[in-house]
Amino acid sequence: MDAKDILGLPKNGPIMSQEKKSRPQKESQRKPDGISREVYALTGGIAPLMPSLDINQLKRKALSESEKITWQWLPFTSSARKDNLQLYHWVRVVNGVPPTGDYSFAKFNKSVDVLEYTNDEYEKFLSDPSWTKEETDQLFELCKRFDLRFIIIADRFSSNRTVEELKDRYYSVSRAITIARAASPADVAGHPFVKEPYNVSQEIERKRALSMVLSQTKLQERRDAEVLAEAKRISVARKSVKAAEETELPVVSDAGPEGAEKAAGIDGISTSPNAQLPSGIAAPPVSETASTLASLRMLRVYLRTYALEQMVQAASSSAGLRTIKRVEQTLQDLGVNLKPKVPTKLVCAEHLELRKEILTLLNLQKQLQYKEAEGSSYREGSYSETPGTPPKRAQQDRTFIPDSTSFGGDKVGKRDQKRKGPGRLSEVPSSPAQSKRPRKLKTSDG
Amino acid sequence: MPQSSSTKKHAQDPPDVTGPNPKSQHTKMVKSSDDSDKKFVQNSGKKLKELEVGVPIVYGNIAFWLGKKASEFHSHKWTVYVRGATNEDLSVVVKRVVFQLHSSFNNPTRVVDSPPFELSECGWGEFEIVLTLHFRTDVCDKPLHLYHHLKLYPEDESGPLSTKRPVVVESYDEIVFAEPSEAFFARVQNHSAVSVPRLLPGLNLPPPVPIEDVDRKKRGGTKDHPLSQWFTNFSEADELLKLTAARQQVQGHIARLRRQLSLIEGQHQQLKPASDL
Repeated sequence: MDAKDILGLPKNGPIMSQEKKSRPQKESQRKPDGISREVYALTGGIAPLMPSLDINQLKRKALSESEKITWQWLPFTSSARKDNLQLYHWVRVVNGVPPTGDYSFAKFNKSVDVLEYTNDEYEKFLSDPSWTKEETDQLFELCKRFDLRFIIIADRFSSNRTVEELKDRYYSVSRAITIARAASPADVAGHPFVKEPYNVSQEIERKRALSMVLSQTKLQERRDAEVLAEAKRISVARKSVKAAEETELPVVSDAGPEGAEKAAGIDGISTSPNAQLPSGIAAPPVSETASTLASLRMLRVYLRTYALEQMVQAASSSAGLRTIKRVEQTLQDLGVNLKPKVPTKLVCAEHLELRKEILTLLNLQKQLQYKEAEGSSYREGSYSETPGTPPKRAQQDRTFIPDSTSFGGDKVGKRDQKRKGPGRLSEVPSSPAQSKRPRKLKTSDG
Repeated sequence: MPQSSSTKKHAQDPPDVTGPNPKSQHTKMVKSSDDSDKKFVQNSGKKLKELEVGVPIVYGNIAFWLGKKASEFHSHKWTVYVRGATNEDLSVVVKRVVFQLHSSFNNPTRVVDSPPFELSECGWGEFEIVLTLHFRTDVCDKPLHLYHHLKLYPEDESGPLSTKRPVVVESYDEIVFAEPSEAFFARVQNHSAVSVPRLLPGLNLPPPVPIEDVDRKKRGGTKDHPLSQWFTNFSEADELLKLTAARQQVQGHIARLRRQLSLIEGQHQQLKPASDL
């Protein structure tokens, strides 16, 4: 085997390559042979290696031609230092030209301008009972030396002072000097020292809170989340309780009217006799009406159209956008203006009552469709003489039909109702005879 | 629309003469009822918290095309105004009206301190005018803003422009004052420009201030206004008729649906024992 393979390479290689280029059909013919497949795989691996190598060599040549890069051990100086120390480092040299200029990291040597005070200024403006002059001098020397890095300053400070105390002393002294040296207080009003004084207590509290947050465990986080959820539930419950109280208000106001909210309740009741409706007032409309009237009353002066808009919004707040559009469509179908053109008190009251009645109508239509769906399921139940899988499937198939009718539209629903009306009437006299029921039910389904 | 409305106005001119008569009778009846309520006054010292005073108003504009005199920037002469719904004097309530015109006008903020609260100008463009009503001291401290879009060109393009027939756009609304002060209520409860609700039994109020200057009242009103022939007539009765008819239809539908629901529920009750069997 090995000998054949070794011998086969030089012999079959060029032949295979030639055949590939000229005749692809022969390749397919020779592939099924065991030996030819192995040879094919071996020859296939050699070809793509050459161009990649060539590409790499080309790239390398191009790079070498454009630039000559060498690394040299060269001396350098840094302007950040003041002792003219000469150091050496490896430098990347391109085309034999060494880099020039200052040390690249020297630009990061920043320093803070710390204010300096005289002995007279200290005695005049900066004396503090909790600080000695020696301590203050040391503080400012360290501030200048360590560029206001207060963690380091606190570490180097001789006495046991906290970072907040050191900061407070530094900033209060700077503030006092700035104000004292200015011609008038207005000149330095915008200065950061004067504009934003250091707040010790706030800083201490902030660090304490941050420490608590950072040291919190996962268990504590979960407990906090649970507590927040319970708080939300409690607030929701309180809102419902307030709503219940609002419903109770009209009753109390009937007995002894007192207060603006109760007066609003009375106004809510007084509007209904103007509308000449003996119907009872439901709880949610009363609460909504009362709140709307109360908010309008706060305005002291308003337009009747504005009040009507607010009342319409309050009445339709519980309904969805789809229902609102249906209400408006119904109003247009009835030939009524969406907004009354003569918005007097009576007209507005009538308009609101009409909208409420239309909402009731739409709700009844939904209930009717729901009841019809239930009715169809009951009829299917009556057909099942013996419990088994086929009647269940039949029920599932039938339940889809009323769903399609419900998805149709208001008009389609109305038509279906009208058609089914006489069917139901005919069903009523058939109640005494049990044997006749299934026949007529079938006809109604059909 | 404006042309049809104008034709209606011509037809409605005769009823205008008879129109105010039933209104005046209605107001008289209201007054008599007020007097009867006062006789049965028992409680005293109660504030006017539950009362609200309504002032029906109409605001809008009338625009005349200038015809031959029209130029590029002066094609229409228009008047924007606020008037009582029945052409009554509004100065009993309104102290000042500020008209905010387009910024291209000279002195775009115009103030009218006395009735009639109107403003006349010439122009070529339509824009929104803000009418700010400032009320008398005892009425209310807050001003009220009305927004009206000036209309110069008729909506329906049928027919040529006419210098004698104007474009009229008016809106009806009511200003409602919640919890009016006693002084204000006493001053206006007998005034025709203000619609005061029937007094609740038990309210004790000071006697109404008699109206002294009849001449001033006539001057403030807009009945004799030169443009009054073009004013739109707003009929509450028509709107109420439409709403009542619509409500009857809806109530009929509701009754029908409820009957159907009761029928279906009856069938369900019958079907349940059948399924049990």
